[in-house]
Amino acid sequence: MYTTLKASREAIDNAHRWQAEAPRGDAGSPSMAPAQISGQLHHATERVMAEGALYDPELAAMALRQASGDVPEAVHLLRAFRATLPRFATSLPIDTDRMCPHRRISAVQKEPAGGQLLGPTTDYGHRLLDMATQDAQATAPAEGEPASVDSRVSDELLADGLLEAAETGIEDADPPDLGQQALQLPVDRALRLQALARGDEGFLLGLAYSSQRGSANTRPHLAELRVGDVAVELIPPELGFAIDIGEITVSECETVHRPAAETEGSPRFTRGYGLAFGHCERKALVVALVDRALRAESLGEDTSAPACRQDFVLENCDSVPASGFLEHLKLPHYVDFHSAAFTLRDLQRRASTAPAAEGESA
Amino acid sequence: MDHRNRQRRLALLARAQLTRLHACWHQFDDQPVVTRLRGPETGLAMIRGRIDARGGRFNLGEVTVARASVRLDDGTVGHGYVLGRSLEHAEWIAVYDAMAQHARFADTIETQLLEPTERAVAAAREKIRRRAGATRCRFDTLVREAAP
Repeated sequence: MYTTLKASREAIDNAHRWQAEAPRGDAGSPSMAPAQISGQLHHATERVMAEGALYDPELAAMALRQASGDVPEAVHLLRAFRATLPRFATSLPIDTDRMCPHRRISAVQKEPAGGQLLGPTTDYGHRLLDMATQDAQATAPAEGEPASVDSRVSDELLADGLLEAAETGIEDADPPDLGQQALQLPVDRALRLQALARGDEGFLLGLAYSSQRGSANTRPHLAELRVGDVAVELIPPELGFAIDIGEITVSECETVHRPAAETEGSPRFTRGYGLAFGHCERKALVVALVDRALRAESLGEDTSAPACRQDFVLENCDSVPASGFLEHLKLPHYVDFHSAAFTLRDLQRRASTAPAAEGESA
Repeated sequence: MDHRNRQRRLALLARAQLTRLHACWHQFDDQPVVTRLRGPETGLAMIRGRIDARGGRFNLGEVTVARASVRLDDGTVGHGYVLGRSLEHAEWIAVYDAMAQHARFADTIETQLLEPTERAVAAAREKIRRRAGATRCRFDTLVREAAP
């Protein structure tokens, strides 16, 4: 139960005024434009877009600035903004085969067709704090023979009989949508991938880590990770045919895992899949690992590990309800606490008088 | 019916720079009178992916979209859709989509707008593909020599 807030209006106004000044920092230094944030802190911006479930770099940058860099708060701001807009259309499935690649690597195949494309990455260098100014970028990126990613490692594993087939769905019915319906368990893989795509990266990282350390026993290998630009196509009813309205950057991850416990026919490796907005490699990877862990029940595996439990993962992975419920603890709960304290005092009184009471009855 | 011309036009207009869209308008002596039919307005489109990249569809998340529909004085209708929230951009797309349906505007739109944008888009993609190509790498497995 919440008590009605009757604080001094002036105190609240003054608190908001101080808060309004706080994100600005030193008044003598220039304010950051959204383009600076989405350009120089693009991973933070992309994380806000992924968890906010809304692709718009400028809005995500504005949300980060308003939230002083607090990611869950920025995610909340983006979700709230999203709720004010009507939905015009649904895209055709993005075609990651036709991606303009920035990066594409495989950890299971040494020489995938098209090659290993490292792209912009810090994976193979020293990850030490660079004290030199970042403005001192001297050389432009090198250019070589144009890359393309026409083949897919999972297709080759499938053709070799090592990997299970991709999970098909019903093409003439709309897949379930968290934006239109509340989460009701159990859910199919389509809804799980949507929930994981917007799930808190830190929470999912912990779960994926737990599955790697053996508690879900999924034994992951990275078949392929790609990051690049894909076209967004939709069919406006007034036109009746598909049009391409621009490009977004996505990260896609395909993992292969140990065969299912119960298999019909010869055993094959199983799949995990992760897709996320922006250049978010860690996010795509943890989504793939948790996706595979959540398939435990349908694959006849033990589901006692937290990462394998739909209720635990899906009901707790969204930072918006989670941080909302947590932060409401900071609002006044004087009546609740009063009632708890009253009950406790009553128990204490009984405890102090109990021995005497027992003595009387004996 | 073959929509390829219009699909190409709308895809390129969605990628054209605003300055170019502005500049092209002044190339015409006989600018049509444009009436707004719908919008310009901002909304969302749900982006879909496929499970395992090849399988069933799922909803990934939404993207902001601006759209507009206009009518020229002779009744020709044009539609514009573009990622993001630029109402101005969506409206320019709709205007040129309508105008390009007339032979007297189509050539200028093709040479002043579509072709330069097509070249710029191809060059930008080529640059990314070349940069990625320069990072193509061979991971060699080192085999440890047998201990003596």
